[in-house]
Amino acid sequence: MHRLNILAIHRDTKILATVLRLINANGQWNGIGAITNEEAIELFHQQPVGIVLFCSGIDPESEEKLKAVFSTQKPAPIFLQHFGGGSGLLSAEIYEALAKQGH
Amino acid sequence: MTNTVLHTANSRGHANHGWLDSYHTFSFANYYNPERINFGALRVLNDDTVAGGRGFGSHPHDNMEIVSIPLEGDLEHQDNLGNVAVIRKGDVQIISAGTGVFHSEKNKNPDKPVQFLQIWLYPNKLNGTPRYDQVSLDVKDRHNNFQQILSPNPDDAGVWIQQDAWFSLGKFDQGFQTNYHLKKTDNGVYAFVLEGDVTINGQQLHRRDGFGIWNVDQLHFTADSAGAEVLLMDIPMNI
Repeated sequence: MHRLNILAIHRDTKILATVLRLINANGQWNGIGAITNEEAIELFHQQPVGIVLFCSGIDPESEEKLKAVFSTQKPAPIFLQHFGGGSGLLSAEIYEALAKQGH
Repeated sequence: MTNTVLHTANSRGHANHGWLDSYHTFSFANYYNPERINFGALRVLNDDTVAGGRGFGSHPHDNMEIVSIPLEGDLEHQDNLGNVAVIRKGDVQIISAGTGVFHSEKNKNPDKPVQFLQIWLYPNKLNGTPRYDQVSLDVKDRHNNFQQILSPNPDDAGVWIQQDAWFSLGKFDQGFQTNYHLKKTDNGVYAFVLEGDVTINGQQLHRRDGFGIWNVDQLHFTADSAGAEVLLMDIPMNI
């Protein structure tokens, strides 16, 4: 079964691990994680990414730069701001984003 | 035109994990209802009961204002900022998660449950400095009065949060009536009934019902039963 690749970017290693664990708890999603902008770009180019999850600590300049790079993928991924840090909100945020895209 | 939304107590999401019995007014964890995501900046309203000696182990949060209000029992808090504290009925706790914080919340007592509200609001500024605080309030001051327990202002009553929100708690005699004036244009109010029966702007509400109202300047409140208790959350609607 095809799993949706979700790239989570968080500056905190421990919180990123929690976010990825929660993403991967859903059998239809595959979480991949990056700490730095460079890691995120490298991972992005290794596989098609459906959702990019911007987590805590990403400054606006980095976010704009990353969005510009990621938007070269056609179709472009969904860009999502994650609130709460691997919390009970994660699934709803992803479901909401997918629903808006007509999935 | 005034807008309203009613969330009756029995329409909430429910998860019983044994050690944790939780009712979710808004989508949370495995409860997902696209019609129940948020009320303005208010994203989570969980009505939690934790069994004696049990609790939430250390876990992270970021970019969220997390308010805990004990209703019965004692809750023991620890975090990676170095805070160790216990909150009890009459206390209010705020965790401003900002760039990230790890914390645990456990029932202090081994032999009786703790009941508390867990309320999360989106912050009005991302990536702030993580912060913990708690205050003890005199519950007598909420008799026939909406006692402010939270605001955006560090110098004001209650705890302060990184959002233009004000919370008030009141406990009322049957038949008591009062008006509540919203603190800010474009804010709405989400009322959560802790105990008893009340009427707000003509809407009858019962224990654990939630009622959101916006595009309004003030609320007219009537306590329909003795000892009715209500939490009012005055919250930005545009986020």
